[in-house]
Amino acid sequence: MRIAVASGKGGTGKTTIAVSLALSAPGNVQLLDCDVEEPNAGIFLAQRDTSESPITVPVPVIDETKCVACGECASFCEFNAIVHIGTTVMVFPELCHSCGGCALVCPSKAIHEEPSAIGMLTTSEVPRYGLPPLDFYQGLLTIGKAMSPPVIRAVKDRAIKDHAVKDSADCFTIIDAPPGTSCPMGTAVTGADYVILVTEPTPFGLHDLDLAVKTVRKMGIPFGVIINRSDSGDDRVVDYCARESIRILMQIPEDRRVARGYSEGKPLVMSAPEYRKKFTALAELLVGEHQ
Amino acid sequence: MKIAISSSGSTLEDTIDLRFGRAAMFIIYDLDHENFTSVDNEQNLNAAQGAGIQAAQHVVNSGCQALITGHTGPKAFKVLEAAKIPVYLASGGSVREAIAAFRNGSLKAISEADVEGHWV
Repeated sequence: MRIAVASGKGGTGKTTIAVSLALSAPGNVQLLDCDVEEPNAGIFLAQRDTSESPITVPVPVIDETKCVACGECASFCEFNAIVHIGTTVMVFPELCHSCGGCALVCPSKAIHEEPSAIGMLTTSEVPRYGLPPLDFYQGLLTIGKAMSPPVIRAVKDRAIKDHAVKDSADCFTIIDAPPGTSCPMGTAVTGADYVILVTEPTPFGLHDLDLAVKTVRKMGIPFGVIINRSDSGDDRVVDYCARESIRILMQIPEDRRVARGYSEGKPLVMSAPEYRKKFTALAELLVGEHQ
Repeated sequence: MKIAISSSGSTLEDTIDLRFGRAAMFIIYDLDHENFTSVDNEQNLNAAQGAGIQAAQHVVNSGCQALITGHTGPKAFKVLEAAKIPVYLASGGSVREAIAAFRNGSLKAISEADVEGHWV
């Protein structure tokens, strides 16, 4: 089963929830940090056997000996990544969405694609007390690069491939999604069987939760809400969920132990151990409903 | 010789638009005949990315031999440089004033982009 943890608003506790769920869920578990512009789940995990591999996207390279400067590639490119001026064709690889169209439309076959590194995939294993170790995957977008969806897809593809190799049908995959409701969030959430939306009971929390709810509804994925720091604001999120018939999966009140642990890089289920049972139960509930 | 000026409107009395890629319009001014046309830049205003590159491409295609604008980023500058179109910066005022300043030589051409690139 695949579960995405998303939010709309940033800083509501997606990573806190994703990490706690990953450390508590029974069986084989994968945790994917798909918040590739600022991955931070790894801070809370005791990783071992870490290995890195670069993530690349294909970008066009023009063979100037074959190019007749007809401009077909530039007029085809929807993303303004190729410019045609007189007898010169210029490529701006950072704007390229790797569709490959320029190479297809080039009448003189002067364009081929070459891999361009845009990020790093890190895999590791995290021991879990009394449970099989956790497989952890982290995507990191290179500083200065703008397109995170290909990095997110690479992380998910690798986890799916590993899953197939292990042939563990009961594997529980948790995706820590980036905030917002645009392409990076959509890319991370696509293919999930269930989405946990993490929010806080504040005006911003509710506003962005509503956007996230509309997004996952449009994607047709079942979802529930976790209200973090649930006693910090007011009842607006609870009222909203009642009005919209949205299930509240868990409420986590403010707790100095959790805040202190967070600042020391300790996951919620370690600084407040009574939550471990709650997250185990949540995992079992979602798997049970999925089957 | 024709020059392009990024403009907030379609007349010479409109203020110059300090943005290049996402300028509202371009005035294409013919210095020899002292007449002009205005070109809408709406398509680039709404482009998801690469507005400066496309605007530069339009300036190149318009046959202008110089550009007056407020700011130019690295990608647009690279295109204009490749097309050998010098970029003159103006800090405000009307299009008419910018043309006058260009004529009397008080605008200076820049040798590199004056602002950093951005994505949206």
